[in-house]
Amino acid sequence: MALFEARGVTKRFGGLTALNGVDFALERGIVSIIGPNGAGKTTLFNVFTGLYVPDEGSVTFRGQALLGLRPDQITALGVCRTFQNIRLFANMTAIENVLVGMNSRISLGLWDVLSHSARFRQSESQLATRALGLLDRVGLQANANVVARNLPYGDRRRLELARALASQPALLLLDEPTAGMTQGEAGSLMRLLRGLVADLDLAIILIEHNMRVVMEVSDRVTVLDHGEKIAEGSPREVQASPRVIEAYLGRRGAAPRGAHGA
Amino acid sequence: MIQALLSVGLVAASALGVATFPRSVLAFLLFQGSLVFVYRARIPELLRWSLLVVALLVLMPVIGYFNGYYLEVATQVGIFVVLALGLNIVVGLAGLLDLGYVAFFAVGAYSWAIFGSPHANVIFGGGFPLAGGWFYPFLVVGLCTAALTGVLLGLPVLRLHGDYLAIVTLGFGEVIRVLANNLDKPINITNGPKGITPISRPPTPFGLPYGEYFYFLVLLLVVVVVIVNRRLENSHIGRAWEAIREDELAARSMGVPLVRMKLMAFACGASFAGIMGVLFSAKQVFINPESFTFLESIGVLAMVILGGMGSIPGAILGATVVTVLNLQVLKGFSLWLNELKNAGVTVLGYSLADLPTQFEPAKYERMVFGIILVLMMIFRPQGIFPARRRQRELTPHGS
Repeated sequence: MALFEARGVTKRFGGLTALNGVDFALERGIVSIIGPNGAGKTTLFNVFTGLYVPDEGSVTFRGQALLGLRPDQITALGVCRTFQNIRLFANMTAIENVLVGMNSRISLGLWDVLSHSARFRQSESQLATRALGLLDRVGLQANANVVARNLPYGDRRRLELARALASQPALLLLDEPTAGMTQGEAGSLMRLLRGLVADLDLAIILIEHNMRVVMEVSDRVTVLDHGEKIAEGSPREVQASPRVIEAYLGRRGAAPRGAHGA
Repeated sequence: MIQALLSVGLVAASALGVATFPRSVLAFLLFQGSLVFVYRARIPELLRWSLLVVALLVLMPVIGYFNGYYLEVATQVGIFVVLALGLNIVVGLAGLLDLGYVAFFAVGAYSWAIFGSPHANVIFGGGFPLAGGWFYPFLVVGLCTAALTGVLLGLPVLRLHGDYLAIVTLGFGEVIRVLANNLDKPINITNGPKGITPISRPPTPFGLPYGEYFYFLVLLLVVVVVIVNRRLENSHIGRAWEAIREDELAARSMGVPLVRMKLMAFACGASFAGIMGVLFSAKQVFINPESFTFLESIGVLAMVILGGMGSIPGAILGATVVTVLNLQVLKGFSLWLNELKNAGVTVLGYSLADLPTQFEPAKYERMVFGIILVLMMIFRPQGIFPARRRQRELTPHGS
């Protein structure tokens, strides 16, 4: 049984079919989802994380159906994500952002908070230590007390990654994590992801436009176009697929369409 | 060092000033200002807090001995501080704009007013009013009733944000007031616009006069509420509320249970108002729907915004400034202008006594208040004491 599996996912917005019977499965490692703009990649993520309810299809994680669960319940099960357009808690510090990510792992009640019980104090200091560890992992330890809004762009991307990791996911969904980064920054982020996969037994689904990154880091690649899966396989297989070349370059090898940028 | 001497000197001098000129509004304002100075001054924490404790526990009641009205002002300030702190949770932390907050105050007030007065006999037949001692358990009853009302308001508005939420809460506030106004038929529950009186007061310990008693009780509740507020703020609950305020969708995706946290914010905010409502009805002995108008909700919101949203010292200062402004400064200004009129003073050859009645000073009150709010929003939109992020110790292992 696959760790994560989606079958026949269809999502329509009025007359527009954003996803049409998409199948997807993931056992381990890093799987990239690529495709031109408007292919339905982010919609698929929103279905996976409970933000959208699909019109048809099923999504299971470790054999449990995710459809009908709330986003926070899905996070608690071990699926967490980042966003294409960085959605940090802008007026909170970096470490507070990470602490919010741990919310689903805290089992303390109102009474523990109000009475400042020993359990509460112990939990808070453990959380802070863990949060600092995560910030350290993404290279943001020195900025722990900086308000997220004041962080440089690349740091905000990495903070979002740390926040998602805070929920101790088994599956991480990253929506264009290298957007706006230089080739060098993107490379170091990918090394970080590889390290996470190895150390934390983490599986990652990546939406990415940076083809060099995708081809380097992915174990498998899924290609979407117009809401349908048009190819799937190893990076090499996908690169050679005529349908993929057509989707990206057009039928007669005309100007590339939406191969970069968001 | 200079600041330490200055702090002690200011508090002592202003307290002496109030004792010497018990009728001078200026002296009392100076006393309040000195407390703010002490709070902000760069002095040892021990000195700061002992000065504040002495001022509030000893000097204030003594001042009240010279001029009872000042104690009344201080008590009212305390009541509004608690209301502002409660609304601060809903608006400042969780970012849920609530324009009907005073409804929870009303729920608390009526819960004691009905059972603590002979009025309950109309509903239940006999055996009322409850003895004054029941006031204390009713603080909890008022808290729970208001919290429950908060959840009831929260349920239908869970999907609403910003403007839409504001309009619905505004409507809710009005519904509660209109209910209070009209529930005298078919069963007389609230006694309608006539209000309920006399409401029982608890027996005071040590034979304290009621002015002092309510002052100390309010002070105690303020301290409790500040502690509760701080603990909530510095916990996963407070962080979840702030995350909802910053980005609801991201908060949900990071594992924040939206429904539970929003309802908890409404319930916590409402419970503060509920407990104060019980105290308010006992203190006033008489309540009617007029005390719970939309303008009161706006007033409490103005306190939170003026002080600085999401900031506990801000809410306290905002409540103090607005209450003192309304009760003392603007009233004092009105009286002063009236005296000038009666004394026949002329300005640039124009006799003030000829001012048409439309310009009567009493009518300036709201206007001056409005102008101050507008100026504040232009020149210091973040509030007087804006919320500061908690800085954490950066020791990687341990802490």
